Amino acid sequence: MAEAHIPHPDLPPPVSTIGVIGWLRRNLFSSPLNIVLTILAVYLLYTALPPLLRWVLWNAHWSGDNRADCPADGGACWVFIRVHFEQFMYGFYPDDQRWRVKTALVVLILSAAPLFIRSVPGKIKMRLGLSLLAIYPVIAFVLFKGGLLGLATVETSKWGGLLLTLVIAGVGMTAALPLGVLLALGRRSQMPAIQTLCVTFIEFWRGVPLITVLFMSSVMLPLFMPAGVSFDKLLRALIGITLFQAAYMAEVVRGGLQAIPKGQIEAAAALGLGYWKTMGLIVLPQALKLVIPGIVNTFIALFKDTSLVLIIGLFDLMNIVHNATTNPDWLGFSTEGYVFTAAVYWLFCFSMSRYSHSLEKRLHTGHKR
Amino acid sequence: MPDSLSTPAHKPLSNEIMIQMEGVHKWYGAFHVLKNINLTVQKGERIVICGPSGSGKSTTIRCINRLEEYQSGRIVVSGQELSNDVKQIEQIRREVGMVFQHFNLFPHLTVLENCALAPIWVRKLPRKQAEAMAMQYLERVKIPEQARKYPGQLSGGQQQRVAIARSLCMNPKIMLFDEPTSALDPEMIKEVLDTMVTLAEDGMTMICVTHEMGFAKTVAHRVIFMDSGEIIEEKPPEQFFTNPESERTKLFLSQILHH
Repeated sequence: MAEAHIPHPDLPPPVSTIGVIGWLRRNLFSSPLNIVLTILAVYLLYTALPPLLRWVLWNAHWSGDNRADCPADGGACWVFIRVHFEQFMYGFYPDDQRWRVKTALVVLILSAAPLFIRSVPGKIKMRLGLSLLAIYPVIAFVLFKGGLLGLATVETSKWGGLLLTLVIAGVGMTAALPLGVLLALGRRSQMPAIQTLCVTFIEFWRGVPLITVLFMSSVMLPLFMPAGVSFDKLLRALIGITLFQAAYMAEVVRGGLQAIPKGQIEAAAALGLGYWKTMGLIVLPQALKLVIPGIVNTFIALFKDTSLVLIIGLFDLMNIVHNATTNPDWLGFSTEGYVFTAAVYWLFCFSMSRYSHSLEKRLHTGHKR
Repeated sequence: MPDSLSTPAHKPLSNEIMIQMEGVHKWYGAFHVLKNINLTVQKGERIVICGPSGSGKSTTIRCINRLEEYQSGRIVVSGQELSNDVKQIEQIRREVGMVFQHFNLFPHLTVLENCALAPIWVRKLPRKQAEAMAMQYLERVKIPEQARKYPGQLSGGQQQRVAIARSLCMNPKIMLFDEPTSALDPEMIKEVLDTMVTLAEDGMTMICVTHEMGFAKTVAHRVIFMDSGEIIEEKPPEQFFTNPESERTKLFLSQILHH
């Protein structure tokens, strides 16, 4: 027997490859081009950041309740936002009824919280999620609209601000995803009639701008209705947005469906699983997981597209802020208004993005077969 | 390596016919893939199908559980003739297990879930019972300790054994093997073949498409040689390997046995 092999002891790595210096070298100064870019970036930050911070924070005005509290001295007037805050959140929802919206929000947060807690088992999350999807819209609708249980009726034309944005986005997302999945399945169906129907639907809705859809829903549709029959304007917008986004969603989901190897479907078939069980248990769980980035991308686009309802006269967050900037008492603060709007949109979109990221990581079980 | 396989006792076969293929023809477009396939398999019989690639071996066994359609002829599986009726096809697939070359395990489910899925959703067994049964079959293929892992964490040989266990969980009357060892590293072939031999010992009706001639010699009742969509030769292994009739078979055997 030869002598047992003794490996050489590990040597410490060169100082220049680890720690802060290593990180800097690798990420900021790894090549002449990178050095130039790094210097350029630092210079840009140096010139842009201080004035920005000065406007947003240092020189900004926070307290007070009218425009006299905001002298023009190069600082933002956050008083404008503070004064209008309630309006930005609820639109023209009556003051004394706003507790209903708050209640709905609290109910949502409390009931959905377990979904975001890592230690809750997946099966319970699934059941809770599905029952929430079924029950919560009803609770929210009753609370918002009223007319039941002694709640005063608040017409949908009074809903506005962030509330309206969230209603449109929430309904749009929860309705567009399942519809999109069905359309995607239909487009790949073996049955020519279903396939043609789905292809036509998808291509039609993808081919028209959302603005046109909203116009049609609000201006043209009533023309075709018999006299006396009228749909709620918000409902019409919701249907338009849902159908529009479902077409996009269908194509995203189809991408996922096509990525699933035929062998998966054959294995399911060989076990005696029928079409719906094969799709529901084998294909969709894998396909949807693959296209989480695409789905969230569509969700984010949908969230921002809700601002287009301003052209049919619904006062979502964007429109209500715009409306406030035209208030004669508060002229000249549109920058603050739009920065605030952008920040709110960004906050929601970024949260969705982060959540999808963590979802992707958690669901990753390796795609090796 | 295949020489080390034990030989399952060749029990006398009952006369019950499990699979009957009569004059089956299949075309892919203008390409005639299966030409007049006639095959009768009795209960407990073990058939090995071999032949060059593209000869229609896989297509033949995939017709039996209707993963492939065929244009003429008829196939009777366990007393039921295949038709276009979806419900009836599903009915037959419950009784016919299939193992694929690339395992086709469901990567988003654990090994145990892979095995218990069909019993729960197709046989409507309670989850507890289905999982207990799945564990039993995982023990039989000697990997109960992997039950909570995902397929992606297992070696190829382990994955294929899980695939076999998954099929067995449906208590099939017939098992079809479509080149079960072709995608495996050499050192993993034996563990899969051993599992198949155990199955053979229990009297399972099996049709295997494989190039493992050692397995064919020790396990098969009959070896079928196919080329360009036709059954060229059909013999018990001892005669097939020592005394093949057709020139095509001889050429094939010389190519795969002496290299």
